[in-house]
Amino acid sequence: MTSKPDFDLECSNVSKTFGPVRAVDDVSFEIPSGSFFSILGPSGCGKTTLMRMIAGFENPTAGDIRIKGMSVLGTPPNRRNVKMVFQHLALFPMMNVYENIAYGLRCAGAGKAEIATKVKDVLERIALPDVGEREIHQLSGGQKQRIAIARCMVLDPDVLLLDEPLGALDLKLREAMKIELKLLQHQFNTTFVYITHDQSEALVMSDHVAVMNSGRFEQIGTPQQLYHKPASAFVAGFVGDANRWNGRVAEARDGRARVETSAGLTLTCTPGSGQTFRPGDAVEIFVRPEFIRTSARNGQDAANDGAGDDGLEGIVDSLLFNGANSRALVRPPQGEPIEADITLTGGPEDIRPGETVRLSWSPDQALCFAVGTAPR
Amino acid sequence: MNQADFKRLSLILLFMPFALWILLLIILPHIGMGVLALREKVGPRVYEFGFGNFIDFAMEPIYWNILFRTGSMSLLVTALALIAGFPIAYYIAKIAGRRSRGALFLVCLIPLWVSDLIRAFGWILLLRETGVVSSTLLWLGLVDAPVEMLYNDITVVIGLVYTVILFMIVPLVSTLDGMDNAMIEAGYNLGGNGWTVLRRIIVPYAMPGIISGCIIVFMLTAGSYLTPILLGGKNSSWFTETIYEQFITRYNWESGAAFGFLLLAFTSFVVWLGLKLSGQTLAGTVARN
Repeated sequence: MTSKPDFDLECSNVSKTFGPVRAVDDVSFEIPSGSFFSILGPSGCGKTTLMRMIAGFENPTAGDIRIKGMSVLGTPPNRRNVKMVFQHLALFPMMNVYENIAYGLRCAGAGKAEIATKVKDVLERIALPDVGEREIHQLSGGQKQRIAIARCMVLDPDVLLLDEPLGALDLKLREAMKIELKLLQHQFNTTFVYITHDQSEALVMSDHVAVMNSGRFEQIGTPQQLYHKPASAFVAGFVGDANRWNGRVAEARDGRARVETSAGLTLTCTPGSGQTFRPGDAVEIFVRPEFIRTSARNGQDAANDGAGDDGLEGIVDSLLFNGANSRALVRPPQGEPIEADITLTGGPEDIRPGETVRLSWSPDQALCFAVGTAPR
Repeated sequence: MNQADFKRLSLILLFMPFALWILLLIILPHIGMGVLALREKVGPRVYEFGFGNFIDFAMEPIYWNILFRTGSMSLLVTALALIAGFPIAYYIAKIAGRRSRGALFLVCLIPLWVSDLIRAFGWILLLRETGVVSSTLLWLGLVDAPVEMLYNDITVVIGLVYTVILFMIVPLVSTLDGMDNAMIEAGYNLGGNGWTVLRRIIVPYAMPGIISGCIIVFMLTAGSYLTPILLGGKNSSWFTETIYEQFITRYNWESGAAFGFLLLAFTSFVVWLGLKLSGQTLAGTVARN
């Protein structure tokens, strides 16, 4: 038997083509039971197609999908124990909340008394015990969200798929729902597969994240791994913010590369995982704003730099004030402005636009990737 | 002239054609019909107010028969149009591609380019004793003698369904079109089979369209004249035929007007009953489309 019962969902070499378009290209992954797994990618990368194949609305052109170790390829959507929260939730407007939740149980042939207890139970678990008799249009956005999840969870699915369900909510509610979804997942202890294009949703909620780009998985890992050890230029650029330079390798040795950027800067950086370079290779360099230290120019000069740090001077173009997440846009002698995280306290020591500042960062935090070669 | 006056004037001008139409072509004739229906002829050119025309109707079982027959056959036509129209509408709204949708709609509309009369004659050409169907059957040796397929109830029902089905399809397509496909997928995803999804999700969602189509079709059928007369012949016993007879053959306008009101009251009652039973409102169905 090939089944590994520790995995709720396994996909092996799944592909889907629509005519000449490869929407999903040889994707393999497995999801351990009871974890929160996100598939993160820009729109049109094939993540929705992948989810529709798991739910059974599309058939893969090649590959296998196993749920609890059993292949579900021949199983129609209504027989798969995979439930889905749709992008616009798809609650049934002609039924009230109770009927919406009871629908799945009725389909499964549950008795009246059993339905009543289960619906009551699930409504209590999502902390909305008294909404059973309400109509769908009387609910708020967040309540609808929870009802859509309850409607699936009442059926005790092996895997719950969520297709960008927070997209329609306003920002405040979205932030609150992120935490709530995570708590719900803990509470139900069911495997959640969450599809999103919003990296902060994926990073905050997930145990594991797969980054998807043009039909392929670029990297699967914990949010920390994706953020700090991206496997490809795409992941480095897509997850989190980063300053980015294009350049050519001048010298490569001891796990470091010296790169001449196209704007004429010389930077020392660390090749991304699995990358080796020879002089002359075209590379992209990524440095995250929070790893850049900004110091006022007056007197200290390079004193603030650690040993071997890269640094350059520039003039503060503008300040992007956003409380604790404030940034400075610094214009170096050559090239594009650099974004650096700064602390603005409102005191006299704050950096002001027009000042000359020194930016410095450790070469460990400057990752470079070969241009146009994402790992296969 | 200030802004408010101008707005008011443009409103009046825009509203005028509608008001004239309602007043001159709907309200005035009905008042005239009402006056006619409520007077009794007591001698040559001598009339008095009374309910005699309605009493005449109530006392004559044959009129009741014709009215109920018209009503029940119209209901049958409505039901058949719904059963035949729903899959077509579903196909156009949900299954057909974006490009073929327009073409399919156009195909449905083509019969409307030809007048009712010509379409009924088309049926006659097909179904009469010497018609296409009969001669084909004879030529194939399936029957020994020519078959007359006109002048019976089945033909009348078929002809009426054909005439009115478009008015069923259009509101159905527009409601089904507004339905998110995810709703159907959610129905399957939560464990429903095709039948459950149709019964619990698609039909309840399409209910306003279904009711609105049924009302239009029922009213059109019960009030139709040409198709039952031409395809059903003298024995079709359609209520509109009785009204025509009172007005034209008997020259009894008083009784004809009364019959007209009775038909209106009867069909309105059936529609009201249908709305009550399906739990819909008139504003929520017909007005929505």
